[in-house]
Amino acid sequence: MKRISALARIAAPFAAAAAAGYLLEATDVVNPYWVQIFQLACITSVSALGLNIIYGFTGLFSLGHAAFYGIGAYAAACLMKIGGGESHLFFLAALAAGSACAALVALLVGLPVLRLTSDYLGIATLGFGIIMKVLFDNADSFIPLLGGARGMTGIARMTTVPWTVVILGIVLVSARNLVRSGYGRALVSIREDEIAAGTAGIDTFRYKLAGFVAGCGLAGLAGGMYAHLYSFLHPSNFDFFKSVDVLVIVVLGGLGNISGTLVASFGWIFLLEGLRVLLPPEYIEFRWVLIPVLLIVTMLLRPQGLFGFREFRFFREEAEP
Amino acid sequence: MDTFVQQVVNGLQIGFVYALIALGYTMVYGIVRLINFAHGDVFMVGAFIGLYAIERCRLPLFAVFLLAVAGAALLAIVIEKIAYRPLRDSPRIASLITAIGVSLFLEYFTALRQVFGPNYYSFPRPFAVSSREVCGVELTNLQTIIFLTTLGCLALLYYVVHRTRMGRAMRAVSHDHVTAGLMGVNVNLVISFTFGLGAALAGVGGVLYGIAYPQVNTFMGVMPGLKAFTAAVLGGIGSIPGAVLGALIMGQSETLTAAYLSSTYRDGIAFVILIAVLLLRPTGILGVPRTEKV
Repeated sequence: MKRISALARIAAPFAAAAAAGYLLEATDVVNPYWVQIFQLACITSVSALGLNIIYGFTGLFSLGHAAFYGIGAYAAACLMKIGGGESHLFFLAALAAGSACAALVALLVGLPVLRLTSDYLGIATLGFGIIMKVLFDNADSFIPLLGGARGMTGIARMTTVPWTVVILGIVLVSARNLVRSGYGRALVSIREDEIAAGTAGIDTFRYKLAGFVAGCGLAGLAGGMYAHLYSFLHPSNFDFFKSVDVLVIVVLGGLGNISGTLVASFGWIFLLEGLRVLLPPEYIEFRWVLIPVLLIVTMLLRPQGLFGFREFRFFREEAEP
Repeated sequence: MDTFVQQVVNGLQIGFVYALIALGYTMVYGIVRLINFAHGDVFMVGAFIGLYAIERCRLPLFAVFLLAVAGAALLAIVIEKIAYRPLRDSPRIASLITAIGVSLFLEYFTALRQVFGPNYYSFPRPFAVSSREVCGVELTNLQTIIFLTTLGCLALLYYVVHRTRMGRAMRAVSHDHVTAGLMGVNVNLVISFTFGLGAALAGVGGVLYGIAYPQVNTFMGVMPGLKAFTAAVLGGIGSIPGAVLGALIMGQSETLTAAYLSSTYRDGIAFVILIAVLLLRPTGILGVPRTEKV
C-alpha cells in the first residue's frame, strides 16, 4: 500500500503535466512554436541527464555526446521509415532500438577508449564525435535512406507532448534511483578517487563502462525523440557544438546534480529561443554575442554551477531514520 | 611517385601552419592545464589583422606580421586576465566552459557587421605566387615563405624557452607552479607571457593561412583550432617538439587522404590516427607518462 501511494505521489505531477501538455497541444491556447520548444527542452534534458551520468556522476570527460544523440536519431528514424508508418507502438520500439544502437556503439567505443583518463578521454571522444559527423555526412554513399550531407527528410512526426513528458519523467526517476543505488554509489566513488574505489573492491573499468553505456543510451533515446519532433535530420545537428551545448548545460546546472541539469536544460533552450523573440529583429545577430557573455559571467560568479550541491526535494538524499 | 612527393610538400605547408597554432595550445596546456578553446579564434583575429594591414594600410609583409603578432598577443593576454585568471583555483571544468564561452564570443562578436562582418572575405595576396622546380618537385614561393617563417619562429621559440630567464621561469611554472612561486617566480607574469607567446605564433599562422588559403571569415579558426589541438595531443600535450611533430603528421594525413582516398573523409582521418595513437601511447607520441601518486 505504502509503495503504491509513493508511486502515485511520484507519478501524479508527471501525469498532470502530460495531461496539461496534451490539452495545450490540442487546444492551441499556446503558440505551437513554444510547445515545440518545450518538447525540445524535455528531449535536451534526457540527453543532458545522460551526460550527467557520464561526466557528473562517474567523472568521465566526454566531448562526443552529440555523436550518440545522432546515432540514436538516425537509427530510430531509419527503422520508423522502413516499417513503422504512424504506429505509436512501433515508435516506442524504434526509440528503444535507437537507444540500444547508441548504447551498443558506446560499448564498442568505450571498451578501448575508457582506458584513457581526464583530458585525453575528452579528446578521444571529441575525435569520435568528429569521425561520426564525417560518417553522417557521407552516410548516403552506403545507406541512401540516411541522406548524408543533404539531410534526411520525411520522418514521421510522432513525438508528442505526453510522450516527451512521460519519457522525461521515467528517465528522471530512474536517474534518481540509480544514483541512490549501490551502482550509483560505485560510480560516484570512481569520480571521487578511482584508485581508492578500486582498492575498496569496485571493478572500476566495468562500472565506468556501464556508466558510459547508460549515459550514451539516454543520448540515443533523446536523439530518437528529436528525429520524430522535427522530422528532418542533418549531420550539422550532431557536430562538436552540439556536444558542447550539452556539456555547458551539465556544468551550468552543477556536476552530478539532477535538478540542476533539468533547470539548466530548460533555461538554456528557452534562453536561446527567448532571445530570438526579445531582441528586436535588427539586433538578432547579437543573440550569440549575449549568450557567451552570460555564460562567462555565470562561470565567473558561480564556478560550481548554478545549483552547486543543492537538489530539489524529490531528488534529495533522504536521511536514514 | 612524383605526385606523392608533391602531396607531401603540400602536406608540409598546412602542417607547418597547424604547428604554429598547436604550439600555443601545448604551451598553455603545459602551464595552466587548460584546453584554451579560444586559441583558434585568436588565430582568426590574427588573420583579419593581416587582411586589414595589407588591404587598407598597404604595409610591407614584415610589418603585417609584426602587427598581427602584437594584436593577437595583446588579445590573448587580455582574455587570460579577464576570463581565466579569476578561475585559476576553481574546478578545471569551469575555466574550460569559460574558454568555450570566450571562443563563441570572439566568433560571433567579430561576425557583427560593425566589427569584421559575417561574410567570407578574400585575403589579398601581398605578392604574386610563382613556382619553381626543385629536385623534381614544384615548390611555390608561398610555400618557401611558410617553411622559412615557421622554422624561424621555431628557432626563436627554442631560444626563448631554453636560453632566457623567462623561458626558464616558464619551464619551472609548468613543472610545478606553487613551488616556482615560492622560489620567487612571478607566476602571473609568466602565465601572461605564455599566453602572449602562444598567441603571437598563432598570429603569424593566421597571416600565413590567409595568404595560402585566401578566404577568411570569423569562423575560420574552429576547424584548424580543433585540429591543431588534436595535433598537440597526438604529439604529447605539454611538449613543444611533440606539437610540431603532431602537426606535421596531421598535415600529411589530411593531404594524403584528400589526394588518394576522398576529400570528404579528410576531416575524419586525422582523428582516427589520434585515437589509434592514444590507445597505444595514452599520453601522445612524445608525452611523458605521469604516474598517479596515492
